[in-house]
Amino acid sequence: MSATTAAPPLRGRDEPLRGGSTLTGTWSLVRFILRRDRVRLVAWSLGIPLLYLGALPEYVLMADDAAGLQARAALVQSPAMIAMTGPGYGTDDYTVGAAVANELVLWVVLALAVMSILQVVRHTRAEEESSRAELVRAAVVGRHAAVVATAIVVLAVNLVIALLSAGVLVANDLEAVDSLAMTLGIAVSAMTFGAVALVAAQVTEHSRGATGLSMAVLGAAFTLRTIGDMQEVHGSWVSWLSPIAWAQQMRSYVDLRWWPAAIGVVAIVLLLLAASALASRRDFGGGLIPDRRGPADARAGLRSPAAVVWGQQRMSLLWTALGLGVMWLATGTVIAQIPAMTETLQENPVYSALLGEGDLEKAFLGIIVLYAALGAAAFGLVATLRAKAEEEAGRAEYALATPVSRTRWLGATLVVSSIGTAVVMVTGILALAAGAAASGVHEPSSGAIAEAGLLYLPALLVLVGLAAALYAWVPRATALVWLVFGYTLVVEMFADLFGLPEWARQVSPFWWVPDSLTGDVDWAHVGGLCAVAVVLFLLAFAGFRRRDIATR
Amino acid sequence: MTTTASPTTASRTAATPAVEIHDLRKSFGTVQALDGLDLTVEHGQVAGFLGPNGAGKSTTIRVLLGLLRSDSGTARLLGGDPWRDAVALHRRLAYVPGDVSLWPNLTGGEAIDYLARLRGKPDKKRKAELLERFELDPTKKARTYSKGNRQKVALVAAFVSQVDLLVLDEPTSGLDPLMEAVFTEHVREAKAAGTSVLLSSHILSEVEKVCDTVTIIRGGRAVESGTLDDLRHLTRSSVTAVVDGDPSAIAAMTGVHDLAATQNGVGTRVTFDVDNSEMGRVLPAISALGVHSFTAQPPSLEELFMRHYGDELAADGVPAESTRSQAGAR
Repeated sequence: MSATTAAPPLRGRDEPLRGGSTLTGTWSLVRFILRRDRVRLVAWSLGIPLLYLGALPEYVLMADDAAGLQARAALVQSPAMIAMTGPGYGTDDYTVGAAVANELVLWVVLALAVMSILQVVRHTRAEEESSRAELVRAAVVGRHAAVVATAIVVLAVNLVIALLSAGVLVANDLEAVDSLAMTLGIAVSAMTFGAVALVAAQVTEHSRGATGLSMAVLGAAFTLRTIGDMQEVHGSWVSWLSPIAWAQQMRSYVDLRWWPAAIGVVAIVLLLLAASALASRRDFGGGLIPDRRGPADARAGLRSPAAVVWGQQRMSLLWTALGLGVMWLATGTVIAQIPAMTETLQENPVYSALLGEGDLEKAFLGIIVLYAALGAAAFGLVATLRAKAEEEAGRAEYALATPVSRTRWLGATLVVSSIGTAVVMVTGILALAAGAAASGVHEPSSGAIAEAGLLYLPALLVLVGLAAALYAWVPRATALVWLVFGYTLVVEMFADLFGLPEWARQVSPFWWVPDSLTGDVDWAHVGGLCAVAVVLFLLAFAGFRRRDIATR
Repeated sequence: MTTTASPTTASRTAATPAVEIHDLRKSFGTVQALDGLDLTVEHGQVAGFLGPNGAGKSTTIRVLLGLLRSDSGTARLLGGDPWRDAVALHRRLAYVPGDVSLWPNLTGGEAIDYLARLRGKPDKKRKAELLERFELDPTKKARTYSKGNRQKVALVAAFVSQVDLLVLDEPTSGLDPLMEAVFTEHVREAKAAGTSVLLSSHILSEVEKVCDTVTIIRGGRAVESGTLDDLRHLTRSSVTAVVDGDPSAIAAMTGVHDLAATQNGVGTRVTFDVDNSEMGRVLPAISALGVHSFTAQPPSLEELFMRHYGDELAADGVPAESTRSQAGAR
């Protein structure tokens, strides 16, 4: 024991300036990250395979039901389903494997991409911002060690998830090679977004900026794939711009090809090189764009907490509304192509029986409106939970030591986040309607599309209110609201796939949103959602007035 | 809106102490942060609030600011209830946290204006003066400030408003000695203007310079409190004298500790500590021995502090030492 501790100093004295590179300490950091994140990494590593485990029985049941499989194949070729799934390989002779690959890859990639992005930002820019990294960097740790260690961990986690998931698939009698190809393709695709986040962490100075930028890339990738797959059967060149498509285009269980994954590998390597080059050029803690000076005196309007919150959130609101708006605008223009692409399908009797006729545009629009609502909801939750970050940073304490009441302080965040959520929803839906109108779609009308979107507003406020109430009563548990968000998404997308009972669907606030495109509006539901939102907001204010403010 | 200048306010606050805490208790889970604390800051006084890290100073201040709700006991602030009347009370006080966190997107100047406007008392001229005295550049974004500069922003924001009470939680952490002097000067100015000050610190010299009274807190309760002079009465002075006669009789007197005598060319050099309360009896005895030279040093707060925490340090010392050596072996 004593011998091992004695040896390194001696060696160090003999060679004082050797043995250090920009990567020194990488493995220690890898171990440190694994130690810090052991719970969340294990949760992800088990959660995704469990997701396959939960979804697979539904598919396996279809194996003996050829007609059912064929009906499903017809269904996934509808525009709405293409927007929700993938390019639809193997639909001529739909098999269980083809169905799994076509319908699940997109969502697993999205989940793992989000994980990779959060994990990367958490261990790079967020660490630097908090000055914890300063402590680490001052130790025997090279300049690139943190970045490389982060990349290694994210890559490793993605690979572990791929192997475990492949195991689950093979255990359900799916072909081994195709299973492995599919899950590895997903890992490569998710890792691409992790590498994007590594670059973003070098370019922006704040973790929120890095996360926002990476999520924007993910959103763009999602939209490009949707548009590409709508333009041509099995995707146009636009699809290939999206890393998500690289996983889908491997045609697992249909006609397996490995080379699309190679595009991903090349992209990852290029992004890592870019991140490394950027990291070498900048100062510790700094971004590439230096901070400018500002005014010595505050403008006249800066005299309330709401003004400060608005100042903090307006840029993220602008970029979110703009980014999502462009996405929905582009998606809207695709609607005009729906009649042409489904002409052949319409003659398929199975298909008409399933969907009826003439509702294709509406069904597709319904899905896009739902996506727009999910985007607005995500923005609303992030904006609302900024209050927690303010409190943790100690700024709530400082502001509340001035003549600002608890109600006024929390109200400032809630007003800005609620209005922001509504702005993202409304601009998104208007962009979608504009895109549809510009490409010559008159049915449904722009007004009808807008109505369908506006009907989501009460449900969005329920989610914002839930985040606020959780923050006010149990600030430690605010992450639960993301669970509710995820659950809402699962109910809307996969309720039938998982065979969820009615009551389980009713937990989702979106379940209560009337679909005005295909049916009548039940105003009782709208009123009910509004009432729940009001109660949650009142609860939030009541709770926040009572509790201790977190001390640092 | 209340202002310190108005005579009615002055007379009202003169009657009630600025801070009055009795038997205050607050726990976080199993940790008892405050355990029956008593603390009073009389109107117009500068009160030092001394204690090591984790003694409960910041918890006390956060209760006073209405940020934490106490479990039991009473706390009055400027005659009001710190929890119920928080907003009204906060108009009359300014707070400087120990670790200032500013809005990253605002410049220092903007943050100062914002805080002053919330209190309803912006004063452009005074802001300019303070910026100059504290040598602070107000055009930098808060995220680019060093810790010391963030502290300066909070200090300028606090001193810019004329308030009845300043609540300062380790306000000079991160400041250089020159800036500490500027800070001390401003606390004295505030006192002269009739402002009461609660100054928490673990820097004894800082408290010694400006405070009228001192409360020493440990483990969530006040272990000593009074004026600086009061506290010094409780302590010993160090005496060094050169005398002709034999000092061994002195060693036997009550209140005399650690006497040591050595011969030098002139006579016997004697050093000892004496309880200040016994000084009156010891002095004649010394002078009867024929004094060549005599120095007596008053205790610094440093010594006060060591006496209060010395036993704790000694008790912690042994296990701390052994864990360290174990860690070293590993």
